[in-house]
Amino acid sequence: MNMTSDIPAQAMPVPATPPASRTNPVHARPAIELQDASVVFGKGPQSVTALSPTTLRMERGDFLALVGPSGCGKSTILRLVSNLIQPSSGLVLLGGREVAAKELRIGMAFQNPTMLPWLTIEKNVMLPLKIVEPFKRTFRQDRKGAYRDRVHALLAQVGLKDFANHFPWQLSGGMLQRANLCRALIHDPDLLLLDEPFGALDQFTREELWQILQDLYLDRKPTVLLVTHDLREAGFLARRICVMSARPGRVISDRAVDLPQPRDIGVIYDPAFVEMTQGLRELIAQVRK
Amino acid sequence: MTDATRIRLMSSSFILGFFLLWEVLCIVLNVSDLILPRPSEIAVTLWTRFPVLWPHILQTLYATLTGFTLGVIIGVSIGVLIGTSRVAYGVAYPLLVGFSSIPKVAVVPIFVLWFGSGTTPAILTAMVICVFPIVVNIATGLATTEPDLEDVLKTLGASKKEILWNVGLPRTMPYFFASLKVAITLSFVGAVLSETVASNKGIGNVMMTASSNFQVSLVFAGLIVLALMGVALYAFFSFLESRVTGWATRGNDIAIT
Ligand SMILES: Nc1ncnc2c1ncn2[C@@H]1O[C@H](COP(=O)(O)OP(=O)(O)O)[C@@H](O)[C@H]1O
Ligand SMILES: [Mg+2]
Repeated sequence: MNMTSDIPAQAMPVPATPPASRTNPVHARPAIELQDASVVFGKGPQSVTALSPTTLRMERGDFLALVGPSGCGKSTILRLVSNLIQPSSGLVLLGGREVAAKELRIGMAFQNPTMLPWLTIEKNVMLPLKIVEPFKRTFRQDRKGAYRDRVHALLAQVGLKDFANHFPWQLSGGMLQRANLCRALIHDPDLLLLDEPFGALDQFTREELWQILQDLYLDRKPTVLLVTHDLREAGFLARRICVMSARPGRVISDRAVDLPQPRDIGVIYDPAFVEMTQGLRELIAQVRK
Repeated sequence: MTDATRIRLMSSSFILGFFLLWEVLCIVLNVSDLILPRPSEIAVTLWTRFPVLWPHILQTLYATLTGFTLGVIIGVSIGVLIGTSRVAYGVAYPLLVGFSSIPKVAVVPIFVLWFGSGTTPAILTAMVICVFPIVVNIATGLATTEPDLEDVLKTLGASKKEILWNVGLPRTMPYFFASLKVAITLSFVGAVLSETVASNKGIGNVMMTASSNFQVSLVFAGLIVLALMGVALYAFFSFLESRVTGWATRGNDIAIT
């Protein structure tokens, strides 16, 4: 297996002829960039550095997995990218410019599926269409029409066709997490942010969800940033894996996963795959000290 | 027979048995009806005096519901304000706690002083007595929105108003309806109390007048009317609660991972 280091030496706004664009037009411009972005919570002696100055560049349509010891700042990076918090220093760039995240359509899913208990699964998944433009504009008129079909099509894609009119408490944890993925994707986001989405599921359900997420990704090709502590999950799903050091974290390794997609679930027992996850495990064990 | 119907049957016989025992003990111990009239006497009084009682029932109901409605409006407004704004919460909460710890009975003389005796102090007492539980429950409901969910919505570009409308308020509904049950009971108590002290209308006043005229069985008839009204009001808001916020109590035994 071929692992290549891919940390950009310097992160400038898009150069006139980006070298990547010649080799692969899909990666013509960077979707998201952190430039020496750091995050410090609080002031004075009690301040907590959640993230050391970090530079990270994600191409459009990329699938990046972020792994590292707990508390190293992975969720903080997601919150930076989604504009929920501002960097204490450095820049967060979208499409090479410093813009509000509002201009980028973002979908987000956490470990906790946070379905609203008083709404059916269909209505839960539909929620972003009620909030995000341009869907919001026609939501009132369209509720029973195209949007509903759109939700049903997506639910069918993750195997929840017959559960559209069920309430969240009627679904298992794995099913809720599928619905959660649907809610994160229904508005066709450019960027999908996943924070340990499958952390609470058993291994079998988890692998099922990996395949569902892979299919959704290959179907829609959003830019994905996946935070996980499961190295096999990172290896199976991602095109790139970044490893972070212990708190205050920064990216210490950035490698590509050169396996063609779609990947078969059996790949995780491949010697080369096992070797890769083993290498990552050792790296994280080192930085935890 | 299901467990539920058996319990219901037992509870009905228990109530019936209570009144029977009362009746029997009054006869056996030869209790004067100036001290404790028998249930049968009270029933007769209730029946014969009902045309006289009826306008007072309406009056008490009117004072209770008007005060309650005003209390709900005020309570919800304050609750939403301090539940959604950290600053408002910090500023207003100490005063509210201080206010809530006043025994509300103590405000009746003030209202009488300001508005004279009659319907107004009854309405106002019913109002102030029910505001606080509503405020607390609304504020609590709004404050318990999951941070993860809030992040998801903010990332979608949802405004504060949209989050409140789609998540905050619906989530608060179970708290709100639970507080309504408490609030209506308190309002009822407040209205009757104020009528007892300073009014010439309402069941509270009927009981007060009957008491000073030694019409003991009429006093007890008033008590029975109050009990029935209290139960009816509580039952109505209980029913409303189960209809509107059934989702909050449904499926609690199903574990969600
Ligand atoms: N709002 C906050 N205030 C203070 N410290 C925080 C805050 N959010 C996160 N931290 C701290 O920053 C560090 C990184 O947090 P996080 O990004 O959530 O880590 P993880 O990699 O486990 O997702 C942690 O040590 C955490 O305690
Ligand atoms: Mg985290």
